[in-house]
Amino acid sequence: MTPLMLVLLTPLLGALALGLLRRPVVAGWFNLGVSVISLGGALWLGAAVAVTGEVSGTLGAQLFGPSAGLGFRVDAFNVYLVVLTAFVGVTTSIFSRPYMRYVLEIGRIGPRRMRTYHSMYQLFMFTMLLALTTDNLGVMWVAVEGATLATVLLVSLYRTPEAVEAAWKYFILCGVGIALALFGTVLTYFAAQQVIADPAAGLTWSTLYANADGLEPAVMRLAFVFLLVGYGTKVGLVPMHQWLPDAHSEGPTPMSAVLSGLLLNVALYAVVRLKMLVDGSLAETASPHLAGQLLMGFGLVSFLVAGLFLHRQRDIKRMFSYSSIEHMGLMTFAFGLGGPLATFGALLHMLVHSLTKSAIFITVGHAAHIAGTQSIDQIRGLIRTQPAVGWSLLIGVAAIAGFPPFGVFMSEFLLLTATMKSAPWFTLALLSGLAVAFAGLFRHIHPMVYGVPPEGQQPVEANMIPVAVHLSLVLWLGLAIPGFLADWLDRATLLITGAHLL
Amino acid sequence: MNLTLLPLLQQLLLVLAAIVLFLSFVLLAQVRLISAIHAFAWQGALVAAVTAVVAATGQVHHLYFSAALTLALKALLIPWMLHRLTRRLELERHTESLQSPALVTMGAVALVIFSYWLVLPMIHAEMTFTRNIIAISLAVVLIGLLMMVFRTQAVAQVLGFMSMENGLFLAAVSATDGMPLVVELGVAFDVLVAMVLFGVFFLQLRDSIDSLDVDRLNRLRETGGDSQ
Repeated sequence: MTPLMLVLLTPLLGALALGLLRRPVVAGWFNLGVSVISLGGALWLGAAVAVTGEVSGTLGAQLFGPSAGLGFRVDAFNVYLVVLTAFVGVTTSIFSRPYMRYVLEIGRIGPRRMRTYHSMYQLFMFTMLLALTTDNLGVMWVAVEGATLATVLLVSLYRTPEAVEAAWKYFILCGVGIALALFGTVLTYFAAQQVIADPAAGLTWSTLYANADGLEPAVMRLAFVFLLVGYGTKVGLVPMHQWLPDAHSEGPTPMSAVLSGLLLNVALYAVVRLKMLVDGSLAETASPHLAGQLLMGFGLVSFLVAGLFLHRQRDIKRMFSYSSIEHMGLMTFAFGLGGPLATFGALLHMLVHSLTKSAIFITVGHAAHIAGTQSIDQIRGLIRTQPAVGWSLLIGVAAIAGFPPFGVFMSEFLLLTATMKSAPWFTLALLSGLAVAFAGLFRHIHPMVYGVPPEGQQPVEANMIPVAVHLSLVLWLGLAIPGFLADWLDRATLLITGAHLL
Repeated sequence: MNLTLLPLLQQLLLVLAAIVLFLSFVLLAQVRLISAIHAFAWQGALVAAVTAVVAATGQVHHLYFSAALTLALKALLIPWMLHRLTRRLELERHTESLQSPALVTMGAVALVIFSYWLVLPMIHAEMTFTRNIIAISLAVVLIGLLMMVFRTQAVAQVLGFMSMENGLFLAAVSATDGMPLVVELGVAFDVLVAMVLFGVFFLQLRDSIDSLDVDRLNRLRETGGDSQ
């Protein structure tokens, strides 16, 4: 329990302290410190899970009775996401410190909003870590909704009409989506009450999973549709994706990095956990793979539609948020396909996509400062003005587009292999989707990196360490997945599909 | 399904739930903002009453607490906050008519039928009470959604959102005797924070587009992005 407490309480207390801290310069460092401590806790937790296989515990058991407290369960599946979340939290706060100081200096925001920014940043980290580690579906819902509430003020941080509009859309769409997910959760609880004697344990995921075969299939089927639409809104699945490009493009760049790299993963994590329950419940019925088929359908549509939309973008951050939708669609498809190979590939893809996409958003933040705009037409010749930014953008896009030898290539290759094995016709759709997305990214990237820089374009003070770390990790994962990580992902695969891959 | 064979308290619950559904229709078509807020407060009070009756029938003690919480939050605090905000934004006399009220109301009726159609095959026929209550809650949720789609005024959209929450709460309380306390507290906390943030957004919206008509939010388009 101790490392878990460290992981959860550090960002929560950090958020409270940052809300009171008046000096922006100190707050930037403090934010970094809090993130580093959370990462330490996450690594400790990872080590504990590696040794014991699973860490679980209950908070407040004395207060509400043994089954009514706040249950936590950390296993191979969520612990790697916890470590990833804490890690991206650290690198993004390294980037955010000078970036937000620059934003403060040019007067886009005042010191008060800077305080909101730092406090909400940590609160967002807290809600995501809570959603990942909790064993209670209800608490998971509360945490995912909390993540929306924490970030909505950050999207409107600049108070431009566009930012307020984006934040309102984000708030309303995700609020509605997540409300539907709550209805699904209530239905799940209703189904659980028919089989589980203790009413307080009816939302505990491990208890539900143990009794999944007894859950009424008709209720669970309807529940999953609501849950998928609800959490799918947060994953950014088409057609519930409308909020995502707006929120990513109008908020401050560090926020885009964590939204794209982390929040979408957490929502997908929730969907996969629920799919595991529904699969257990539907196993004996006429349509045992209904949940998987729904995921495949939504995933494939998101993947293809987002790939096409990539071509039409004029704003660089919007473009990359469509790329996020595309990749989330691919992962959703893979989880829907099921089977050890596809699941392993999807888990790896979650990891490499997060690392690459947050690196790209950090680079894009610098690029937008160099050019003074986010408009693709006006960002030109980065490689001449500031080679570090230009090269990072180029390498990052090459990585996200699935070029070998980067990790994204590896995971996409695994996914394609799995698709070829179990549903060959979909390979065609996937390959053409990848090609469309590739073309969409490169037609925009090429002039931005190589074009003629406008007169008087000056380099900015940029901290490229996070980008370099992320991209080297992605490169490393593409060349050789370290033994312990492969083992880890394999254990997660075992947990989700019931079969080993390695 | 023979409703008259049910125990009296369950019949009472169904009547209360039916009035909650009726108030959803009132909310949907109400043109005056202040009256809509009042209708919402009544809806919250009824949901609290449902919770109290369930607590009394099933001897579920923590539900008395939920009932008090719902009454405080949904019937008093949130309507009061909305009231204060409308006064501050000088919208007391604001009226907003739907584009085609008859069509929208018909749509809501269709949603009620749809909810029953969805729920009936799902739950065994002997659980008449649960079937009805889940169908009604689903209808309240969907009508809330419909309201958010067709109302273009920000305060009315928030009312739609909150009445969705009412429907969810109704389902949780009456079909399952309430969720575990931790979850219920968490949900109530989220709703309260959401309301505070909505208040902040009303002010931000007014500052940026000089109105609370969200139809005017149309700067962000697919190929837009030339924001600066």
